[in-house]
Amino acid sequence: MARGPGLTLAIAQKRFPGNALPLLTDFHLDIAPGSVVALHGPSGIGKSTLLRLVASIDRDYVGTVAMDGIPAAQAPPPGFVFQDARLLPWLSAADNIRVAAPGLTPADARAALARLGLADHAAAWPRTLSGGMQRRVALARALATNAGLLLLDEPFVSLDRALADDLRDRLADLVAATGATVLFASHDPRDAARLADRVVTLAERPAQIAQDLTFAIPRAARDAAIIADYGQQLIDPPPPATSNTLR
Amino acid sequence: MLLGTACGILLGRRRWLDRLFSGWLLVGLNLPAIVVAIVFYIWLGLTELALVTAVVVNKVPLVITTIREGVRSFSPDYDELATALRLSPLRRLRLVAVPQLMPFVLAAARTGLSLIWKIVLVFEVLGSDGGVGYRVTLLFQFFDITGILAYTTAFILIVVAVEYGLMRPLEHKVLAWRADPA
Repeated sequence: MARGPGLTLAIAQKRFPGNALPLLTDFHLDIAPGSVVALHGPSGIGKSTLLRLVASIDRDYVGTVAMDGIPAAQAPPPGFVFQDARLLPWLSAADNIRVAAPGLTPADARAALARLGLADHAAAWPRTLSGGMQRRVALARALATNAGLLLLDEPFVSLDRALADDLRDRLADLVAATGATVLFASHDPRDAARLADRVVTLAERPAQIAQDLTFAIPRAARDAAIIADYGQQLIDPPPPATSNTLR
Repeated sequence: MLLGTACGILLGRRRWLDRLFSGWLLVGLNLPAIVVAIVFYIWLGLTELALVTAVVVNKVPLVITTIREGVRSFSPDYDELATALRLSPLRRLRLVAVPQLMPFVLAAARTGLSLIWKIVLVFEVLGSDGGVGYRVTLLFQFFDITGILAYTTAFILIVVAVEYGLMRPLEHKVLAWRADPA
């Protein structure tokens, strides 16, 4: 039974000062509770902005964003992973976890890091961690909040392939275990092929949903061959008019 | 320090306050310390209160300026993070703002301390009946260079003791997260 909230975005307009065209106009997106949705599209199309609107980091828009009908700003905070790791450099890795989840004990924070393979780095300053390790801490921080909604902005960007594959597997397991709703932005088809139930592709300006694809095979039933096949299909998707399901 | 830090944070955060007071801050920064000392000695008499008030008036603009620059240099990225995590104002202050401000607080403390030593000595030369400044004045009247150098050496030793006994350990503790806290 899914415990993540359903998400409704109804953005009448989102405009950045100084830009002639609004980023979003009459944009609608509904996300089912407990589903994992990937946002695809070229750089600057508005993927990160959508995540920031949902997280209430950016409240300068006309429209509504609601989680299970509750305005996003009043709903429980989602777990958020920024494009950069964005760790507080003056706190240890474990304390960075506890900033997001103050109820956790130091042992809980260490356990959260251990789930992402960082058991021995709880006391480390962020500057002593590699880029990949910092991203894992950021992911652990988002997961440690035990939030029903996870928002991930290019969570595996600039990681080597093996580490990215490993993190996708770990994240897939954790999401399956918690039933969280996940919305993530990504350029990499492998992210969606491994993690997502649905891929929403944005295009144009103001951004519109150019394609809304659903995977026929559930996340849990996908093996490496299926993931590779889905990744390939996403690189060369069917024309929007022909099918909305990837088999 | 507390007064200057509070004012510095306000001026760094509120643009209209900065516009309102930046001219006065410039005046305060460049006001000759000796003028301030004489004015307060005339107004308040040759008292400790006059001395302390004059020191505050001399030091606060320096602290405000340093802290204001510190607040202006805050990373918006960490503000975003605090918003995403929905940190309460108190936790935001403790976990996000204060650590970013600490290098500037320490810099203000160090430069302020160096300024205060000098100002207090000037005040003691002007109107005190005790203290190092007063003694140096007496020694000057006898052209006793040995005595003056002895007081100067003692003064330097105290300053070095404060630097290595207090400031450096404090700096290493609160800025341990940096690659080179010194």
